[in-house]
Amino acid sequence: MFKNLFLKSTAIFIGLFLFIFLAVPIVQVFYVSFLDQNGHFTFLNFYDFFQSALFIESLYNSFYVASMSVILASFFAIPLAYFTARFNFKGSVLIQSLGFIPLIMPPFVGAVAMKLLFGTNGSVNLMLDQWFGFKIPFMEGLNGVIFVESIHYFPFILINLISSLNNIDRTMEESAQTLGAKGFRLFRRIVLPLSMPGYIAGASLVFLKVFDDLGTPLLLDVNNMLAPQAYLRISSIGINDPMGYVIGVILVLTSVAAVWVAKLALGGKDYSMLQKGGGGMVKRNFLPHQKFFAYSVVFLILFLVLSPHIALALLSFGTVWSFSILPDAFTFSHYKAVFENSVFIKNTMLYCSIAALIDIVLAFFISYIVLRTKFVGRQLLDYIAMSALAIPGLVLGIGYLRTFYSVNLPWNDKPLASWWFMIVIILAVRRLPYALRACNAVLMQISKYLEESAETLGAKKTTIFRKILIPLMMGGLLAGFITSFSTATVELSATIMLVSTETDAPLAYAIYSYMQTAAGRGPGAGFGVIGVLIVTAGTYLSQLIIEKNYKQRGMEAKID
Amino acid sequence: MKKLLAIFIALLFASNSFAASGKVVVVTSFPKDLSGKFKAAFEKKYPGVTVEVVGKKTTAGIKYIQETKSNNGTDLFWASAPDAFEVLKGDSLLAKYTSKVKGIPSKVGSYPVNDPDGFYTGFAAAGYGMMWNTRYLKANKLPAPKEWIDLAKPIYFGHTGMSAPSRSGTTHLTVETLLQGNGFNKGWAKMKNIAGNFKTVTARSFGVPDGVNSGDFGIGIVIDFFGLSSIGSGFPVGFVYPTVTTLVPANIGVIKNAPNSANAKLFIDFLLTPQGQEILLDPKIRRLPVNPKTYSKAPKDFPNPFKDSSIGAAVKFDVLLSKSRYNLVNSLFDVMITYRLDDLRATMSAIYKAEKALGNKNNPKAKKLIADARALVAKLPISEAKANDPDFNKIFKKKRKKAKDISKYAGTRQAEVEADWDKQVVSNYKQAKQKAEQALKSL
Repeated sequence: MFKNLFLKSTAIFIGLFLFIFLAVPIVQVFYVSFLDQNGHFTFLNFYDFFQSALFIESLYNSFYVASMSVILASFFAIPLAYFTARFNFKGSVLIQSLGFIPLIMPPFVGAVAMKLLFGTNGSVNLMLDQWFGFKIPFMEGLNGVIFVESIHYFPFILINLISSLNNIDRTMEESAQTLGAKGFRLFRRIVLPLSMPGYIAGASLVFLKVFDDLGTPLLLDVNNMLAPQAYLRISSIGINDPMGYVIGVILVLTSVAAVWVAKLALGGKDYSMLQKGGGGMVKRNFLPHQKFFAYSVVFLILFLVLSPHIALALLSFGTVWSFSILPDAFTFSHYKAVFENSVFIKNTMLYCSIAALIDIVLAFFISYIVLRTKFVGRQLLDYIAMSALAIPGLVLGIGYLRTFYSVNLPWNDKPLASWWFMIVIILAVRRLPYALRACNAVLMQISKYLEESAETLGAKKTTIFRKILIPLMMGGLLAGFITSFSTATVELSATIMLVSTETDAPLAYAIYSYMQTAAGRGPGAGFGVIGVLIVTAGTYLSQLIIEKNYKQRGMEAKID
Repeated sequence: MKKLLAIFIALLFASNSFAASGKVVVVTSFPKDLSGKFKAAFEKKYPGVTVEVVGKKTTAGIKYIQETKSNNGTDLFWASAPDAFEVLKGDSLLAKYTSKVKGIPSKVGSYPVNDPDGFYTGFAAAGYGMMWNTRYLKANKLPAPKEWIDLAKPIYFGHTGMSAPSRSGTTHLTVETLLQGNGFNKGWAKMKNIAGNFKTVTARSFGVPDGVNSGDFGIGIVIDFFGLSSIGSGFPVGFVYPTVTTLVPANIGVIKNAPNSANAKLFIDFLLTPQGQEILLDPKIRRLPVNPKTYSKAPKDFPNPFKDSSIGAAVKFDVLLSKSRYNLVNSLFDVMITYRLDDLRATMSAIYKAEKALGNKNNPKAKKLIADARALVAKLPISEAKANDPDFNKIFKKKRKKAKDISKYAGTRQAEVEADWDKQVVSNYKQAKQKAEQALKSL
């Protein structure tokens, strides 16, 4: 009975947490969208939405951009994942870590760097113009949004796919081979289906993120999409404008629908593998010409997706960079400003690691409860947690101020909302969906029978967690931790509402405040570079841990 | 696990352990380059007092002060746009204070420096103008503009940018100045002719200087300090005030129930002292001091509104008119320009082509078609009388409306009005484009 009690109380605790820190603000959003001018219940606001040519166009554009971004992002992610996970590929850990970096696009400064590189008069176009006399409008309109978004978010597919590929049981492949499958057939019948949960998890995240993303369209000045429309209405017409909330509701509904469709796509199939052999697929060696081809493809993709960060680094060392291929001169002075204000870096490290820790703990239990128990309403936990993706950060931030400002802390009589830990909570809530997707994907691949047999042998739930699930899920948990951690480092929209003193402010906030001045561009870029370095180091380290994990289990047998 | 928990708990408490003594909390929209300099100078002068700067966008700052009023911890609000202070004043969130510092004139340009009711104090002035990237103009062989109307010339098609007035209080003032200086209908016509050349309408006001500094577009409509501080930071850019501009003070005000109100007043006084005013001349700040004497220390070519009466004097700015239709003007701009920029541009491009083909030819039919097309672009979906009607404006009020407040237009929703405007605007642009294409064909 104890095991159920433990799980049940955990479920209730998580439910309560999500209720207070997520559902209340969402309900506020839903509530306002159904009110008329007199505060009475009405559907007129939704009628207005569908009557407005602009909103319909925005809805269509958002769908179009999100779908195209998934496709383009897959083109970036699949070769990187397949080559590095399938073959003996020198530097695959490094490549997998580097492939993760685009997710860390510091606010504002990232867009400036992209424009300096790919804009109408960015380095690439200036060179094209000089040499060939034409320009490519990478950054114009919806195509610009698709381009930037797919570079920015393709790592979601990459990490989930790699995690799936690494989890494919070697014996599956070997049995297939024994039965005579090879080449494309082997790929189609074994590798592809077994990596599906990871791919779908990643692709649905990309879709959701792009669908809801505010920063990129705003910075490219594309207004005719849903998220910017919601933001523009709330921030310019006022927090009480119902249309902003109507759009918010439509964003939430679409997100839930996307999660549901992703579930349907995986539905009815069992992706679990009984013998958790680990080690991933049999690593193969390239033939010489394959090797050349694979390396070229990988480097081309890496160069493309890392170019914003190359530009960012140039910006942080450059003096003036204006209408030229490279900055006019280079200097270290911006980094002086960065290190004089290192408190921002310290804050970010602290906030984001606590937030990510909260995330994986919650995500582990939520995915366990959803996939392994029969608790009533367990799906609801999943949906509520996922809907955090669809709540504009700004709205959540305002919701927090509303809900928690009048409550005082017991020890110093300061408002709860101004306590820095609330920044941690809001980060955790906003990034929980990432950890949750990652945990769900790995747990789906682990066969229930492993736990059931352990149980039959008398193991307690906690022992099963400790001895079976956590070790087997290590890759997924770490992937979830890194995704939450690193995307939290650049989160701004919600935190900007909650920062009450500069000494409590995180890195993204510092970048924001530097990027509002002509002279702040260099230091802003410097902070951005530091943020990226922190995340890279963290990712690389955890990749090493994952690799080491496999080695320890003696699964790194090389079969040539 | 326990150890970890202990560490976390220790960390939680650590950051709250410093006791507050002698501080002043300032919520500001100003960038670090500005606030940091004043903070350092103030703390040097008053070593016992710590300035805690909380940077927020103007709109977020207002929201923050409104949401936290029940438990106010903020002493000062420090930002550019006077209308932001009007909002706080309207919600009675400001406390009266008139500084004792002498030597500040009552007006800069044609705008009063301080709030006549004494709730906020102007400490620097700023006006709108045009900045351009010299490398960009050279590469595209374009001259630098001098007046607003220059920006409506076909040569600048696709080379200019501005931020939306709904996104930036200061941009709003520029649009309103244009409307007041030229009249509502003509002002909008001019605005749309200028906008037809836009490469972009940025969502942030700083997006404009950012774009010009990077060379993403050539010319931007910006507030002076964005231009002047970009020059000061070494970017290859220039700046000019057109004749029709308004100088507007940037302000500071004490928040009601300020926990450190004595320090707050000290800080305001410090801004107005010669020492404080001089900080404004810093190459990374470059705002116009309100103390005329400070200009003697300014670099050559630094604009001086107290000497050069042409700056900001052409328009007598009507603050009340501006306030009464504030949200309507923003919404109209977004519907006609921000959200329909592609349509507007396509139409203007067609008109330019037709005009170029026409040249000096005598073709009355084509001339008439082009004139019609231009008139259709200029056409407004609302009359001036209705735009100034206080009852109609209530639909656009930020606060949730009560039925009795909008008796005349009860049941009319902003989204409904905007969808209707949008329909008219799109159809006007489309017809105008067709006429221009007809004109081109007939030539």
